[in-house]
Amino acid sequence: MRKLGMVGALAGGLFALGFAGRGEHAAQAGATITGTIKFTGTAPVMAKIDMSDEPVCKGKYTAPPTKEDVVVNPNGTLANVFVYVKSGLPATYKAAAAAAPVLLDQNACRYHPHVFGILVGQTMSIKNSDGIAHNIKAKGVKNRPFNISQPMAMTSPRTFTTPEVMVPLECNVHGWMKGWVGVLPHPFFAVSGADGSFKISGLPPGTYTIEAWHEKYGTQTATVTVAGTETKTAAFTFAAH
Amino acid sequence: MRAAGAVVLALIGLLSVHPASRLFAQDTTAGRKVYVKWCAGCHGDTGAGDGPAAHAMLPRPRDFTGAVFKIRSTASGQLPTDADLARAIDGGLPSTAMPEWKTRLTDRERRDAMAYIKTFSAFFADTSQRRTPLQFGTEPGGANTPDALRIGGLFYDSLACRKCHGDRGRGNGPSAPTLHDDAGLPIFAADLTQNWRFRGGGTTEDIFHRLRTGVDGTPMPSFSDLIDQKILTEQELWRLAQYVRGLSPARTPEVRDVIHAPQLAGPPPRTPDDSAWNRIEPYWFPLVGQVIRKPRWFTPAVSGVWVQAVHDGKTLALRVSWDDRSQSPDSAWLEFTGKVLDAVVSDDSTPLAPAPWPDQLAVQFPVTMPHGMERPYFLMGSATQPVYQWRWTSGSGAGAAAGLARGVERFDLLPAAPLEARAMYDQGAWHVVFNRSLATADTSNQFQFPTGNAIPVAFFVWDGSNGESGARMAVSTWYYLSLDTTTPPRVFVFPVLAMVVTLGLGWSVVRRAQRRAATG
Repeated sequence: MRKLGMVGALAGGLFALGFAGRGEHAAQAGATITGTIKFTGTAPVMAKIDMSDEPVCKGKYTAPPTKEDVVVNPNGTLANVFVYVKSGLPATYKAAAAAAPVLLDQNACRYHPHVFGILVGQTMSIKNSDGIAHNIKAKGVKNRPFNISQPMAMTSPRTFTTPEVMVPLECNVHGWMKGWVGVLPHPFFAVSGADGSFKISGLPPGTYTIEAWHEKYGTQTATVTVAGTETKTAAFTFAAH
Repeated sequence: MRAAGAVVLALIGLLSVHPASRLFAQDTTAGRKVYVKWCAGCHGDTGAGDGPAAHAMLPRPRDFTGAVFKIRSTASGQLPTDADLARAIDGGLPSTAMPEWKTRLTDRERRDAMAYIKTFSAFFADTSQRRTPLQFGTEPGGANTPDALRIGGLFYDSLACRKCHGDRGRGNGPSAPTLHDDAGLPIFAADLTQNWRFRGGGTTEDIFHRLRTGVDGTPMPSFSDLIDQKILTEQELWRLAQYVRGLSPARTPEVRDVIHAPQLAGPPPRTPDDSAWNRIEPYWFPLVGQVIRKPRWFTPAVSGVWVQAVHDGKTLALRVSWDDRSQSPDSAWLEFTGKVLDAVVSDDSTPLAPAPWPDQLAVQFPVTMPHGMERPYFLMGSATQPVYQWRWTSGSGAGAAAGLARGVERFDLLPAAPLEARAMYDQGAWHVVFNRSLATADTSNQFQFPTGNAIPVAFFVWDGSNGESGARMAVSTWYYLSLDTTTPPRVFVFPVLAMVVTLGLGWSVVRRAQRRAATG
């Protein structure tokens, strides 16, 4: 686990993951594609964020917060990579409607999670846990963009209508706050975490194009064929540049 | 059998679709002609907002391909209604390059152009897209009561308007230097004290609509969720709109040609915050980008100056005030400066690196009183006919100096020239006061201020954080300054006396007539 150096936001992030997990990956039979996102080269140094103007946020950190464009884990893997089935699902495939909303938490003047996936039509619960003013702007191109004010602790629901990888999220009050949401018509996506691994399960048999997306290093694809309930791996390596 | 079925289906399809599609096609074909002729120069052939003139503009012309529009009656994220689009086309967008078209194109042409503009994005053809105007209600009365303004002011703070727009609304909030639009271009938070420049109009109603809908494509969010969730009432948001309206003058300032400087008995004020200025009438002069010589500057940050003048028969005091979001040089704005220079392609072949330029002001007079209408060239004179200028600079090298300008490049200091200047930056505005004796020893280089005459005067302002320096500046044309002399008391006494006598006579005539009528 990467040292976030903050307690409240970490708890918020974990809560968000648990919250989202129920909607995204309903346990079901089928094949699994798993893997690890490797990172080679020297990890760039992330600039410190000056939160002096927002003592509420600054106070939630014990170490100075930094930008999150590139998060390299202690084991040399890359976090915040969105991995998803880009193509290969049978034409007849229909995703079950998502029951639970996905939580996007604004805590300590950062988005939790920083990168995440959501189903078309699934509710994104945009929560302001800081209690200070944020605006949240979703800059979709295939989806209609929106920009709403949350000047206090509150939660606003929003949905996306069209698949789009990725929709950028930003706060204009706090220029450093950036997030990314991948909107898909199916639940076969995952985000690499603190150990760099990802796991997409419940896949019907088939040959899939798997894409790994990173906000700074772009995309890579791999082709994986699975059958029955087997587990296959897909390897991705992003290099510093 | 199958083939026959297909033919029947095709016929039905044609019959049902044809009338509508013919009408649509007709509109957009005619609309395309209007668009190519009048709109494409800025908005581009493909509607991407990238026409030949676009590169010099900030804000850029609208990119129609994304169908994201600032001024709508619909919720944030929804498409605008046709009425919303028509409003922008008919009336233009104030303080941008978008003019009004109502008087230039026929109703039909404008409607056709709108139909064509909607073809640039697939969103307009998508019938699942809602375009529902919000229910805005009506403005509650009592806009200017102390209670209403107090409530509005409270919401201005608690809804964090100040974060971008600043405590007094001049667009100088702490987040202002980091703002960018959806295309990543730098964008200013609106100066809420200049409502005549608001893109969607400056009435309380317009402001309320922007609060509800947001200004899509910009950092300005919608506050509708607060009302939908009953965190805020409509009435409270109206109070905020009324408060914001109250930050601007009741009426758009009129440009008057002559600054009247009254004559005071005592010495004129020397400091920018002297309370004496509160009693002196301010005059508004608009500024525009310097686009006559290279490098041209189409995107000045300062839109005008307020000028006040007063004298005591010996010394002239002139105060120039203008809104500026940054007290340049300010390192917090350096990135913004770089973005502005990147966005606005310079016609000065050398690419510009951002530098911590200061803010500057120049006040210009002729060297000697001109005869008749003849004045030196307004853009800082010429080699043969210089102008006399006062120049003030902010920052570490702050100070003022008098000199002779011979065109934009050349400024020759007059080292011994008497000139005093004091400046103050307060809540997003500069106030600079100049003091100079009306007469000086050097009569050949320094303007000698006469009383009771129309003295040509012009203004130039630079906002360093907006990348302004040298010829990249905001300019005015020539206006006039008149040093009025104290009016002798008899000028006031005689008319009053005459009026009293006339009234008295009239009254006695009426009384006599009434008395006669009563007795007769």
